[in-house]
Amino acid sequence: MRIPLSWLREHVDVPTSGDARADADALHAALVKVGLEEEDVHGAALTGPIVVGQVLEFVEEPQANGKTIRWCQVQTGPGEVRGIVCGARNFHVGDKVVVTLPGAVLPGPFPIAARKTYGHVSDGMIASSRELGLGDDHDGILRLTTLGLDPEVGTDAIALLGLDDIAVEVNVTPDRGYALSIRGIAREYSHSTGSVFRDPAALPTSPAEGFRVVVDDRAPIRGRRGCDAFVTRVVRGIDQSRPTPPWMSSRLQLAGIRSISLVVDITNYVMLELGQPIHAYDLAALQGGITVRRAAPGETLETLDGQTRTLHDEDLLITDESGPIGLAGVMGGASTEISASTIDVLIEAAHFEAVSIARTSRRHKLPSEASRRFARGVDPLVAEPAAQRVVDLLVELAGGTVDTLGSRWIDAVLPAPIHLPEGAVDRLIGVDFSLDEITDTLTAIGCRLDVQTDGWQVTPPSWRPDLVDAPSLAEEVARIVGYDRIPVELPVAPPGRGLTREQRVRRAVADALAAAGFTEVLAYPFVSLADVALTDGDAPSVALANAFDSDQAQLRRSLLPGLAKIAHRNIARGLTDLAVFEIGHVFQPEAGRAYGVDAVPGIEARPEGPVLDALEHSIPNQPWYLAALLVGDRRPRGIGQTAEPGGVADALAAAHLVAGVAGTALRVEQGAHPALHPGRTAALWAGDVPVGVAGELLPAVAVERDLPRRVGVLELDLDALIAAGSSTVEAGVIAGFPAATQDLSVVVAESVPAGAVRDAVIEGAGDLLESATLVDDYRGTGLEPGTKSLTLALRFRASDRTLTAAEATDAKMAGLAVAADRFGATLRA
Amino acid sequence: MPPSPENSPNAVISESAVAAAVEAALAAIAAAGDTAQLKAAKSAHAGEASPLAALNATLRDVPADQKAALGALVGRARAQVGQALAAREAELAEAEETARLAAEAIDVTAIPPRSLPGARHPLSTLMEQMSDIFIAMGWEVAEGPELENEWFNFDALNMDADHPARGTQDTFFVEPEERHLLLRTQTSPVQVRSLLDRGVPLYVVSPGRVFRKDELDATHTPVFHQLEGIAIDKGLTMAHLRGTLEHLARAVIGEGARIRLRPNYFPFTEPSAELDVWHPTFKDGPRWIEWGGCGMVNPNVLRAAGIDPEVYQGFAFGMGIERTLMFRNGVQDMRDMVEGDVRFSQQFGMVV
Repeated sequence: MRIPLSWLREHVDVPTSGDARADADALHAALVKVGLEEEDVHGAALTGPIVVGQVLEFVEEPQANGKTIRWCQVQTGPGEVRGIVCGARNFHVGDKVVVTLPGAVLPGPFPIAARKTYGHVSDGMIASSRELGLGDDHDGILRLTTLGLDPEVGTDAIALLGLDDIAVEVNVTPDRGYALSIRGIAREYSHSTGSVFRDPAALPTSPAEGFRVVVDDRAPIRGRRGCDAFVTRVVRGIDQSRPTPPWMSSRLQLAGIRSISLVVDITNYVMLELGQPIHAYDLAALQGGITVRRAAPGETLETLDGQTRTLHDEDLLITDESGPIGLAGVMGGASTEISASTIDVLIEAAHFEAVSIARTSRRHKLPSEASRRFARGVDPLVAEPAAQRVVDLLVELAGGTVDTLGSRWIDAVLPAPIHLPEGAVDRLIGVDFSLDEITDTLTAIGCRLDVQTDGWQVTPPSWRPDLVDAPSLAEEVARIVGYDRIPVELPVAPPGRGLTREQRVRRAVADALAAAGFTEVLAYPFVSLADVALTDGDAPSVALANAFDSDQAQLRRSLLPGLAKIAHRNIARGLTDLAVFEIGHVFQPEAGRAYGVDAVPGIEARPEGPVLDALEHSIPNQPWYLAALLVGDRRPRGIGQTAEPGGVADALAAAHLVAGVAGTALRVEQGAHPALHPGRTAALWAGDVPVGVAGELLPAVAVERDLPRRVGVLELDLDALIAAGSSTVEAGVIAGFPAATQDLSVVVAESVPAGAVRDAVIEGAGDLLESATLVDDYRGTGLEPGTKSLTLALRFRASDRTLTAAEATDAKMAGLAVAADRFGATLRA
Repeated sequence: MPPSPENSPNAVISESAVAAAVEAALAAIAAAGDTAQLKAAKSAHAGEASPLAALNATLRDVPADQKAALGALVGRARAQVGQALAAREAELAEAEETARLAAEAIDVTAIPPRSLPGARHPLSTLMEQMSDIFIAMGWEVAEGPELENEWFNFDALNMDADHPARGTQDTFFVEPEERHLLLRTQTSPVQVRSLLDRGVPLYVVSPGRVFRKDELDATHTPVFHQLEGIAIDKGLTMAHLRGTLEHLARAVIGEGARIRLRPNYFPFTEPSAELDVWHPTFKDGPRWIEWGGCGMVNPNVLRAAGIDPEVYQGFAFGMGIERTLMFRNGVQDMRDMVEGDVRFSQQFGMVV
C-alpha cells in the first residue's frame, strides 16, 4: 500500500519538517511501530525552480540528424522571456506549459542547466508529464490546458501539480484489509502517534432508490453468503471531456495507479481513500436491474481485459437481463464498461465475502486491486459513504448531476462481541497494563466496550473482522501500547532427555567422516527419472506437481545422484581430488501404494484417532541416508609421497568407520547395485539387516556425468544402521595372559571370497581366537591353476591361563576344518 | 698395543707395575675413537690376557702378609679401568646416537598431508550449535518428515485452504495435488506433531530443511533450513518469548546482541511479531537485522492438537539458518551454501 503524504494529511495530522524525505522516514517509523512494515518511498525526487510558462513564438528548425526542433520564446515571468529548444511539436503558440529552469532537478536525477544545443543556448526545458513523474504519457510536452488549468505565467508548478508530494509504501499483512486504504492508514497513524484521526467515511449520504438489485446466492461457500451489502447510485450527464485534476492524477500516480479517465480515476481514488472497491457501469448499456448470483455451468464472460472467461459454479457474478456483466469483486465485464460516449453512470459499492472472491481471483488468475481488498476483508459499512463520495466527486469534477435512482441493501455480517476477562491481556503478554491502557486502546481502535462483572464485552468495529477472540484483543493492546513494554524473562523447562541416541550418532558420524577427510555437502533433493532408475531400477519415486524444472521433478530415493552432480561442479572448478559426503532424507514410496488423503480434517478439535492415523500414514517412508563419494587422489602427491587414488577401499573404510561410530560392525559380501561396477560392489550388512553398499560407480555412468572413470561411492541407510547398533556396551574381561600368534595359509578356489574364508576360520577357531587378519592372497607357482592361497594372521589368548602352542594350534586347525568343510580349503603345503 | 715388560706372564706384582698397567689401560680407553676400538682396548687391558689379569694371577704367589694389601691394590686398579671403560662406552654410544639422529634429520616443512582436509557444512554445525543452546535449557530437539501432509503444514497451523496467507508461501506440491501432500514450507509441522505426540508441557526446537518455490539467487534458495521452537506450558507469556530469544541471540551472535519485536501477522500466533536482532559486530557496523518471526501460539493451533487453550498457552518462533549464517559469518552469496563447492565448507572446518 502506497500512501501519498498530502492525502494522509487530510485525515490525520502528520508533522512537516520541510524535508519530504525526513517526513517519509518519520511516517515509516510510526507505522512500523503498529505493525505496518516499511517497504519503500516514492516520488518527491524533483526540486525547482519549475514554473508555468507561456509559449510566445517558435521557429521550426530541421536538423542534420533528421529531427526537427522548435526554437521557442517562452515567457516565464513578468518581463522574463527565455529561449528554449524543444524536441516536441504537440503545442501551439499561446499554450501554457511547465518550464524547468536552470538549477531544477528532475527525477533521474536529471539536473537542468542552460546549455548549448542545436545551435542555441537553451535556457531551461519544457517538460512532459513523464519527465515530471506525473505519468507515463510521452506524447510530447504537458499542455496545462489538457488538465483544465490556466494559471498565471510564473506560477510555481510544483505546488500547482502536487509534484512535491511523496508516498511511503508499507506492507499490509493479510489480516488487516482495512489498512489497504488512506482511511485505515490514517487511523493506524493516529494509534501510533496520538494524532487526531478525521474519518473520511464520515460524510452525509443522500437517499436513492428505485434501481432493482437482487442478491440470490443459492450456493454459499462454507455457509457464508457471497454478498451482504450492495449500494448503487446514479449520476447523469457526465462531461467526458473534462480532465482528471492534477492533484488527483498525481496522488493516483504516487499510489501506483495509472490515470485512465476521469470516471475511472474517481472510482480508483475513492477505493484508495476508503478501501471500498467501486465499479462504474455505463447506465445506458445495462439491461434491467442487477442480480448477484453464482455462475451457471458453461456460462462465459468477457472481462474488462478483453479475455473471455469460462465461469465456474462457485464464481459470484453480477448479472443483468443480458447475462453476466461482471465477476463480482474481481473484475467488471466489457459490455457495460464506461466508454468515451458514456453519459449516465451507475456506481456499485458492494461487500463480497472474502473466501468467494479469493477463490475466483485465484481460479481465473485475476489478482486485482478489488479482489485483493475483498479477500483481506473490507468494511461492510463503508459501501454507502464510498458510493456517496464517488457521487460527490462526479458532480464536482465531471459536471454530473446526482439522480435519486439507486438502491441500498445492507445486511452485513458484523464482528461478534468477544468476552475479554479482566487480566486476560496481562496473562498473555506478561505486562501489567493499567485498566485505562486496555480500555483506551480498544476504544481507540473502534471497539465498543461494555463492562461486565469479570471483564468486558468487546464489540469490534465493522472493519476489524480479524478480531475474534481474547488473544486478538490482547495483541491490539500490546502492539499499540508498544512491544517494547514487554519484559525479559527466561522460562524454566522441565528436565530434558538431551539429544536422542539417533541424533547423537548422526552428529558423531558426520564429525567422524569430516575428521577422516570427507567434506559435508547438502544437495537439493530434486532428481530426474533417469537418476531414480539408475540407483533404484523401476522403484517408484515421488513427483512434484510444480517443479522448477520438469526434468528435475522427482524426489531422490538415493543421495548418490546429488553427490555426483556436486562432484562434477567441483571438478569443473579445478577441484579434482574430492571426498564428499551428505546425510539427508530420501523419499521411498512403495510400489502399488497410494499416498495422501482425499480430504483433510478441520481444526476445531484434535482429529479422531483413525483420521489422525490416516494423516500420519499418508506420507512415504523418508529415512535418513548417508552417502559418500571419492574421486581423484585420496592421498595427495607430495615430497617423498606418491599420490594414492581414492576408491572403493576408502569408501569401504568410511563404511566401517560409520558403523563403528553407530556401535555396530559391518559384514561385507560381494554385492550388486544397478549404478555400481558389477565386480566392485560390496553389500554391507549389520547382522542380517542389509544397510547399504560400497563400491565403484559403473565407469560408463561416471563418464556420462563428466566424472573420471573411477569413482568410489558409499551409501548407507543410516536409520537402519543406527537401529542395528547397540546403545549400551557390555564390557568384557581384558585378559593379561600372553597371546599366541600363528599364521594360517589355506588353499581355496579363486572364486571363494576371502571374507567368507575368514568368517569360517573365526567360527571354527572358537573363543580362544582373539583376532584374525587377512594378510596375503597368493596365486601362481606351486598352486593348482584356479586356486589361491590366503594367509591369515591369528592371535589367540585365553582369559584364565597362559595358552600353550598346542592349544593354539588345535584352535587354528578347528578353524581350518570349518573352512575345509565349507569351501574345500586345504592347508597350504 | 706393544707388549710391555709388565705384560709378560712372569710379571712381578708391585705398586708401580699396577700403576703402569692402569695408566696404559686408561690411555688406550681414552684413545678409542669408536665402539670397535673400545672393544679392543677392553680386551687388551681388562680381558683375561691383560697385564692387570696377569698381575692378579701372581697374587697367589705373594707372601700372606702382603696378600691383602696387594689384593686391594689390584682390585682398585681393575675397578678404575672398568669405570673408565663404562664411561667411555656411554660417551661413544651417545656420540654415535647423536650422529645417527643428525643423519636422520628431515625437512619437516616438506612433509606432505596424508589425506584430504575434511569439513562439516556450516549450516549443519550452526543448527547443532543453536539446538545445543536449547538442550542446555532442558528443551528437546524434535524432527519430522520433509514430505508432509498439508494438514500438518497449513491447516493445523490455523491456515486453512482459503486463508489469504496460504498463497503467500509458494509451495511445492506433490502429484497428484488433490491428495494433499507437499514439501513442508516451514518446520512448524514438527511442532504440530510434537503437540499431538508429546502433549504438554512442551519445550522443543525443530531444526531442519524446508522448501519454498523461490528461484536460486544471491539471497534466495528453494531449499533452505530453519530452526523453530515452541513452548507450551501453564503461565507462559510474551515476556518468556522475549527472554528466550534474547538468550538465543546472545549465545549465537555475542554478548552485545539484543532483540527487538515489531508487530506482525502470522496465522499460527496471536500476538505475532517480527524478530530483529541487534548485531553489535556486524562487518558493516552495528545494526538491526531481520531475523525471524515469533508470537504467542494461536488457541486454534492448540485446539487442533486437543490441548485446552484455557489452561495452556505458550510461544513459538522461527528463523532461517542460511540467513543467520550470512549475517553472523559474513557469507555474501546464498549460492555458496548450496552448490557444494568444498572450499566453502573447508573454510569452516569443524566449527562455525
